[in-house]
Amino acid sequence: MSKSHIIEVEHLVKKYANLAAVNDVTFSVEPGEIFGLLGPNGAGKTTTINILCTLSKPTSGKALINGFDIVRQQGQVRQCIGLVFQDPSLDERLTALENLDFHSRVYNIPASLRAERTEQVLKMVEPWERRRDVVKTFSGGMKRRLELARGLLHHPRVLFLDEPTLGLDPQTRNRLWEFILGLQKTEGTTIFLTTHYMDEAEYADRIAVMDYGQLIALDSPEVLKGMVGGDMISLSTTDDQKAQTELKERYNIQPEYDDGQISFEIADGSRFIPTLIKGLKTEILSISLRRPTLDDVFLKLTGHRLRDEAVRSEFKEIVRQMGRHQRRR
Amino acid sequence: MNNLWGIYTIWYRDLLRFWRDKARMVTSLAFPLLFLVVFGSGLSGSMGMLAPGVNFSKFIFPGIIGMTVLITSFMSGVSVVWDREFGFLKEVLVAPISRVAVAAGKTLGGATIALIQGTLILVFAPLFGVTFPLKILPQLLPVMFLVACALSAMGIFLGSRIKSMEAHQAVMQLLMFPMIFLSGVFFPVNNLPLWMNVLVKINPVTYGVDSIRQLVLGAEPAAALGITIFGHTMSIAEDLMIVAAFGVLMVVLAMWSFGSQE
Ligand SMILES: Nc1ncnc2c1ncn2[C@@H]1O[C@H](COP(=O)(O)OP(=O)(O)OP(=O)(O)O)[C@@H](O)[C@H]1O
Ligand SMILES: [Mg+2]
Repeated sequence: MSKSHIIEVEHLVKKYANLAAVNDVTFSVEPGEIFGLLGPNGAGKTTTINILCTLSKPTSGKALINGFDIVRQQGQVRQCIGLVFQDPSLDERLTALENLDFHSRVYNIPASLRAERTEQVLKMVEPWERRRDVVKTFSGGMKRRLELARGLLHHPRVLFLDEPTLGLDPQTRNRLWEFILGLQKTEGTTIFLTTHYMDEAEYADRIAVMDYGQLIALDSPEVLKGMVGGDMISLSTTDDQKAQTELKERYNIQPEYDDGQISFEIADGSRFIPTLIKGLKTEILSISLRRPTLDDVFLKLTGHRLRDEAVRSEFKEIVRQMGRHQRRR
Repeated sequence: MNNLWGIYTIWYRDLLRFWRDKARMVTSLAFPLLFLVVFGSGLSGSMGMLAPGVNFSKFIFPGIIGMTVLITSFMSGVSVVWDREFGFLKEVLVAPISRVAVAAGKTLGGATIALIQGTLILVFAPLFGVTFPLKILPQLLPVMFLVACALSAMGIFLGSRIKSMEAHQAVMQLLMFPMIFLSGVFFPVNNLPLWMNVLVKINPVTYGVDSIRQLVLGAEPAAALGITIFGHTMSIAEDLMIVAAFGVLMVVLAMWSFGSQE
């Protein structure tokens, strides 16, 4: 294994009963890189992160973080990582400050830096005035922001962000990304990110796409988009069913259908549109042309759209919080 | 050094939570205080003397202290289950402090809370007509703390093994009541039927209660009520050795359990 990789994963497997949540995954991450792990719900992203951050033991395979083995050198691994979990992990009985204080102490942030760092992260994500309130009284988004603040507090070498911006408003997401990118630039922090938001995935230097526990693609966003080739045309018609059959039979095109939109890729889109408008028997209601996005890549590779996944994740979050409320009663 | 800091941080958080949760403080005192009322002033007149100079109220008071410490220590494990349920356990497990320190901090946190609760019983006791010589406090508090540590370690160990709230509650009840009733809190443990005698003597709580009782009543009257094993009456030191041995075993188990947490 070469020394220059900050994360090094080889043939990683994690089995639950007879389900292989992570199924023979191999990849490596460079220091200072933003590495995005994308995949539909249940693909094995969180499981991968849990193994890398020593919360869960791999069934087989090997992984190193900063040169330390995640099974045999857990102490050293924990020393150099930071995490924002997908699921809530705050002590809701304590105040925001107390939660951050606990974190500063267990991560050994020098006393001289503690106050300054705490203020810095809190001011970025939180109404600073609420720092002395018990977390239980926070809204869901505020809790999420506090969780992010906590993950950024100790400036780790490698920062794992598991769907960090789930349920956040756009302003907070932007501010958060500014901070993360700043951290990456000034401290050389490596970012390991899972997300269902396309615009966030675009920040990544490289993206791995995971499905059913396996990596099905790994490259820079540009190269991945290149996989789709050509341009993307989306159209809606009076009879989408018929239009799709026509596309297949007349133009030998394999269209995808999703959410009332027929879409397909084509080499020279702007020339094809007039042909299509003249030729298609079914009446066209709207038509648009665009360069391929990561969303298209994702759809092509996994059969889902990223956007749906984001919606689905948010829905999952809501359901989970409802369940929690009921349990607490 | 790092580990000490870690232990302190874990301990401090548990105390902070305890302090925030005044309701828990009060409700967990209600049960022992009720016993004090019923047995202390109410019943004791009708029960006669258990040993020279020891009426039932005097007899049961040290037992109630022991019981308070036992219940509170034992329940400290619930904080682990609770942390798992609410996700905070992940924050702790992924932190760069050793798992040994986590287990130690949790045990000490639980024991400190139990000591506070036990001390509150001591404070309230005079209100219910129960008195004890103040000069024993310098010995009594450390003894209570030792018992609390041993039982907290057990609570923390169980809490780290049992993953669901419901199962934890069931196990606690299943264990706690026999451990209270078969420990000499409510009745002298000499002259018991054989099966009960065996259970009482393998119950580590028995020795904790006995040591507290010997301290509070004085060695003389307590000896008449004390535990005899193969004709030998246990001294405070011997009691405490058994409690400490049990405590060490439990601490080791708790540390191992945290070390292997997924
Ligand atoms: N503790 C567990 N026991 C059994 N199965 C599990 C456990 N944790 C995860 N799984 C299963 O492993 C698979 C991968 O789950 P994982 O949480 O890694 O998915 P994910 O990619 O993070 O999905 P999402 O986008 O929904 O967060 C799922 O099928 C899940 O049901
Ligand atoms: Mg996940």
